Amino acid sequence: MSDAVLDRLAVRFAELLPAGAVITDPVRLRTYECDGLTLHRAMPGIVVLPETAEQVAAVVRLCGEYDVPFVARGSGTGLSGGALPRTDGVLIVTSRMRRILEIDMPNRRAVVEPGVTNLAITEAVREQGYYYAPDPSSQQVCSIGGNVAENAGGAHCLKYGFTVNHILGLEIVTPDGEIVELSALDPGYDLLGAFVGSEGTLGIATKITVRLSRAPEAVTTLLAAFGSIEGGGAAVSAIIAAGIVPAAIEMMDALAVEAAEAAVGCAYPEGAGAVLIVELDGPRAEVEHQFTAVERICRETGAFEIRVAASTEERAAIWKGRKSAFAAVGRISPAYIVQDGVVPRTALPEVLAGIDRLQEEYGIRVANVFHAGDGNLHPLVLFDDAAPGEGERAATVSGRILDLCIEHGGSITGEHGVGVDKSRYMPKMFTEEDLDTMQLVRCAFDPRSLSNPGKVFPTPRLCGEVPGVRKGVHPLVESGRAEQF
Amino acid sequence: MDPELIKDCVHCGFCLPTCPTYVLWGEEMDSPRGRIHLMAQHVEGTPVTPEMAGHFDACLGCMACVTACPSGVRYDRLIEQTRAVVEREHVRAPGERAIRELVFTLFPYRRRLRALRLPMRLATRLRPFLERVHPSLGAMAELVPPPARPVRLPPRVHAVGRRRATVGMLVGCVQSQFFPQVNAATARVLALEGCDVVIPPRQGCCGALSLHSGRDARRFATRTIETFERAGVEAVVVNVAGCGSSMKEYAEVLKDEPGGWAERAAALRVRDLAEYLVELGPVAPRHPLPVIVAYHDACHLAHAQGVRSQPRELLRAIPGLELREIAESAVCCGSAGTYNLFQPGPARDLGDRKARHVLATRADVLVSANPGCSMQIAAAMRRSGEGGMRVAHTAEVLDASLRGLGARALGGR
Repeated sequence: MSDAVLDRLAVRFAELLPAGAVITDPVRLRTYECDGLTLHRAMPGIVVLPETAEQVAAVVRLCGEYDVPFVARGSGTGLSGGALPRTDGVLIVTSRMRRILEIDMPNRRAVVEPGVTNLAITEAVREQGYYYAPDPSSQQVCSIGGNVAENAGGAHCLKYGFTVNHILGLEIVTPDGEIVELSALDPGYDLLGAFVGSEGTLGIATKITVRLSRAPEAVTTLLAAFGSIEGGGAAVSAIIAAGIVPAAIEMMDALAVEAAEAAVGCAYPEGAGAVLIVELDGPRAEVEHQFTAVERICRETGAFEIRVAASTEERAAIWKGRKSAFAAVGRISPAYIVQDGVVPRTALPEVLAGIDRLQEEYGIRVANVFHAGDGNLHPLVLFDDAAPGEGERAATVSGRILDLCIEHGGSITGEHGVGVDKSRYMPKMFTEEDLDTMQLVRCAFDPRSLSNPGKVFPTPRLCGEVPGVRKGVHPLVESGRAEQF
Repeated sequence: MDPELIKDCVHCGFCLPTCPTYVLWGEEMDSPRGRIHLMAQHVEGTPVTPEMAGHFDACLGCMACVTACPSGVRYDRLIEQTRAVVEREHVRAPGERAIRELVFTLFPYRRRLRALRLPMRLATRLRPFLERVHPSLGAMAELVPPPARPVRLPPRVHAVGRRRATVGMLVGCVQSQFFPQVNAATARVLALEGCDVVIPPRQGCCGALSLHSGRDARRFATRTIETFERAGVEAVVVNVAGCGSSMKEYAEVLKDEPGGWAERAAALRVRDLAEYLVELGPVAPRHPLPVIVAYHDACHLAHAQGVRSQPRELLRAIPGLELREIAESAVCCGSAGTYNLFQPGPARDLGDRKARHVLATRADVLVSANPGCSMQIAAAMRRSGEGGMRVAHTAEVLDASLRGLGARALGGR
């Protein structure tokens, strides 16, 4: 894309948007060069900060008119590079769209703009005894629009499900600039389900109707310290086998605990090879009953110390260590890669042993944090970016961890998304036919591949076979195999 | 801008929602993460452009991001270093330069401030005129509280009852000129709690204004250290959040200064008033004070010094007093030292936001432990037209309880 086109586009944007909503100064543009994953960087061609859905739609239409790709970004906390800008494109940032438009308590739902943070929704309804259930660790900052794009998870998704289970409706701007509403109540194909987790490739959500959940009557949080990861893993399996579905089961290994300790002084038990956080919630009687069982299981599987949070403050203290773990690793290592993979719970011990072998083989340390209940691993691969070759070795280890996940019947991402970072692993999980089929869905929404191109899929196929932007009607559309949404 | 400190930032974004300018404008380059990115650009060779300087100037230095950061990034250090670079490399517009010179030659000097008392009385009436000359002058005029009766403090206030400690007291430049009654209350409370209070009459500015603006604060720091060394005290008690936080940084400020200054700085036990009173433990009886209080966290107390629980603990211990929390308590009110003078626009927006949250508590009294915040929020409440709220310092509330004066003693301003 030539600079002249971007220049003309910037002028057109300035006519549409409020003053200060179009950024073209290179120094400013560069601050948007990456999201939470700093490994991939690209200075956006233009950044726009729209305030309404109509403005987003107008920006998208202009992008279409000039054949310029666009990428949506919320708070920029994603960990797969999903919001990595295009140097030849426009970055549409929703951080000024942060109004809570409606709180409908009788129907237990709220309508919010995409830039509203995940936690802000809970804060708005907490006094009435409700909350928004999915809780990514970055919930205080990550935007609900980003959550929708990535189908974000969180510690409590084991019991309550992912973002997709809590979105009742969406207003989206389609890649050709139309404002469309999708609802969970729509008969026919579940387009809402297709959109959630589409990582910005099917359009931009501009209004989000979320489900509000009733805060549980009782919550008990227990922290158990084990000598080894195996002990903790055995406890997790036994808890699930006992028919208990805790609100969350989180595990951290010794290295992750060390980092959290350095960062927030969480004072977890000393000498623990693994720390397990189990949270039970629901009706008081049920929670009490389950708590007794969980405590017994933890003791039987070798927990040497068990702590129970007696107050909201103590619960927050237990969670603080876990929720700050990723960033906390910055205290014990100059650089690190946050990995996100899934394995069947039963394969946890083998996969962890495999990760141990990788550590030895490459001389790279790996800290493990995971949503143990659903087998979602977050290995943190530590390295020193100043040491020659270490970054490459860390990247190799990180990739081989994903291989381990796939070998054991798991997945390359649990909740962080594919983005730009993992698109190259997609062919390891899916056949060409699978990927082609996914492309058909994408083409139905975005036949010109303008909406967040280069993400999720390894190489352009079908509607994007020819790298770059296709002009005119797509062959698939022409042949009637795909229809523009 | 120390590259090592910049590297600590892992770009997680946890600082974003706590940053007042990000809250206002929602743009990356006016967030701590974005500003650190700008610092990195500068380290890599990008000169300080006017745009870049603008984003650094827009930072309030409230340090809410330091509290929020899980990676322990020393943004406080970084922004101080950055401001010094901006001062060196960025040429400001003449009007802006003049206003800055005016503030820095006036505020750190108590005698010069005193000379302003009379013209200040006219400030309200002169405001429209001043506003036209320069928005900063208009902001200054709006902030000036009604004149307070001057209070002459003795060089030493003796402990009531058995002496438990001998402490020094910093009177503060702005505090002593605009809120002399707070200093009087502080000395009385300390004395009632068993402290001999030494108040060196010739103490100068602690250097906070300079330090937080990227100017050289070393002379102010060494003078203040000498003053309190001579006073022979166990601790220096400070009732101004901004001053306390900069005095706690002396060792860092003077680390390259020959003459063992860093060690002497470290030896100076600087404590915020509330922090000190909780460490000391109460002995004076508390009389009932039936009043609803909203407590405001001054950034330089909560974020810079980590003093949050102590003032609340002291207030809650007063019989009959009900303490209410202010929504968004971690977000700055926009005062931020000289910020409301140099950046009147965003300061005003933040002040209005804070005033809304304060008024929503429906408390009788707003308690704030920083004169800048008190003036800023009081002005914003006046502006809101929704009727004000009395504003008092923690020391004044304690003083009223310890002396059994009743709620009416908390004079409104």
